[in-house]
Amino acid sequence: MDLNLLTIDAVRSAVQERKTTAVSLAEAIYGKIEREDPAVGAFLTLSKERALVKASEMDALAAKGEKLPPLGGLPVGIKDVLVTKGARSTAGSKILGNYMPPYDCTAVARLEAAGAVVLGKMNCDEFAMGSSNENSAWKPVHNPRDLSRVPGGSSGGSAAAVAANMAVATLGSDTGGSIRQPASFCGVVGLKPTYGRVSRYGLIAFASSLDHIGPLTKTVKDAAIVLRTIAGRDPMDSTSAEMPVPDYVAELEKPVRSLKIGVAKEYFGEGLDAEVRKSVEAAIEKLADLGCEIIKISLPHTKYAVPTYYIVATAEASSNLARFDGVRYGYRADGARSLSEMYRRTRDQGFGTEVKRRIMLGTYVLSAGYYDAYYLKAQKVRTLLTRDFDNAFKHVDVIVTPTSPTAAFKLGEKVDDPLAMYLADIYTVTANLAGIPGISIPCGQTREKLPIGMQVLGKHFDESTILRVAHAYENAA
Amino acid sequence: MKVTEKDGAYVADLANLELTVEERVRMLQDLNSILQHIDSLNELDTAGVQPMAQVSDRYGMDESKQGSERFAYATREDIHEGLRKSLPHDVALQNAPDSDGIFFKVPKVIER
Repeated sequence: MDLNLLTIDAVRSAVQERKTTAVSLAEAIYGKIEREDPAVGAFLTLSKERALVKASEMDALAAKGEKLPPLGGLPVGIKDVLVTKGARSTAGSKILGNYMPPYDCTAVARLEAAGAVVLGKMNCDEFAMGSSNENSAWKPVHNPRDLSRVPGGSSGGSAAAVAANMAVATLGSDTGGSIRQPASFCGVVGLKPTYGRVSRYGLIAFASSLDHIGPLTKTVKDAAIVLRTIAGRDPMDSTSAEMPVPDYVAELEKPVRSLKIGVAKEYFGEGLDAEVRKSVEAAIEKLADLGCEIIKISLPHTKYAVPTYYIVATAEASSNLARFDGVRYGYRADGARSLSEMYRRTRDQGFGTEVKRRIMLGTYVLSAGYYDAYYLKAQKVRTLLTRDFDNAFKHVDVIVTPTSPTAAFKLGEKVDDPLAMYLADIYTVTANLAGIPGISIPCGQTREKLPIGMQVLGKHFDESTILRVAHAYENAA
Repeated sequence: MKVTEKDGAYVADLANLELTVEERVRMLQDLNSILQHIDSLNELDTAGVQPMAQVSDRYGMDESKQGSERFAYATREDIHEGLRKSLPHDVALQNAPDSDGIFFKVPKVIER
């Protein structure tokens, strides 16, 4: 089998019809990882034993002629911020360098229950904080399309592995664009579902009101299949919504004719690379050719999204990351004479620079005297940003934007300028603040052959429509 | 400079971080440059705008229900064994940097 052409259905039918076995497929991918991943750096930990047990189980089912579950034999990778029982989960941080979780994340458990084979854990920015994967405490990820460039972040390993065919699908997390932006940089599909659509039980928390789990895949259909598997209420996560899960795959085939597509001028302004603009505008024309109605809209508060995001996200992070204190799990610094010295040294030595920067900013904006000026202000602007979308969705079904203002940048290019790095998320943070779903799909490339991504945003819990539009574009492109 | 050296030390203390001298200098520069960008929020008049802390209290729930009734699905009886059994002692301690098999061990808290 050509590993480069695998989709979920292709894997499942090949294993079902005994054209290959799930074990030999997993072994072939492990061989590819061994040969090719040293140059990319997508994997942090391999879970071979666990993978082969699951793969054998699928082969046994197929041998008996029984019907495989929907993801039967599917080789998947899991971002390292999602905990996996007995498989090291570090969140890309030294402070969790030796952490062996005693339980499985719900999304991972649901994938495995549907027959998926967990190959290993994907590299990412430390605690998912970053837009280039250069904040991993272990190693950077290189973009498989151009090894001198970043894969995006923070789910850089998850995107790179799919792009390099070292996994057929992966899970990532998205707090401000961390699934969509790397998907765009690596030329794959990345979906951030609605807030509450997918359980976060077992996701190592960064910013709880903004964190989401979602798939990275080669095709829109595969994203729909994975979402259908992981979506739905989970009693272990009280923020998971009690909403019925539609059959996203069946919904893909509904026509897109006369759907109303919003194009917001605020997403095509200053800072947008000319080649990216051209590609996304061409994609919008393609959607018009398919019978969609293109409607100009305005989302007037968009320019305030990044500052709002960096207050809300860092405030929540400073609170969530207080649990890393060297007592119950993870790294502990040696030689401290008192408890408070132990906390400080552990955190000083265990956290990287970007994580400390965000903890400091978050602590500052929450501190006495600054709470109203920063945190409360940001929460109010969050209301305005969300209202922008509510108003827009009275007139349109989806909104199409570029995913990122540029294609993949060079490793090292923005590493010393945190603000420039934060602005790489300018088109993606809005969906996290409002909680709406968004998908990034490839829409052409630059002259340097770097992938360009188009983002489709939708109404709360209306993943079906964004998937449908993305699928129609993918088929037409 | 909005954040002074003294503020920086105070915030580091609150966050249980020590930071080296070089880290502190760099941190102050970065915080001030980010806060300067954040100051653009002051252009907006937000008087009368309700703050938004969460998404799930306004989308994805039963609109016909009010207040805590909306989240009744997320609650359960307060029982000893909840949704799953608690972790056994040895499993809960397996990741501890230091333990005596029963408790987590930490450096001395109270001086005699």
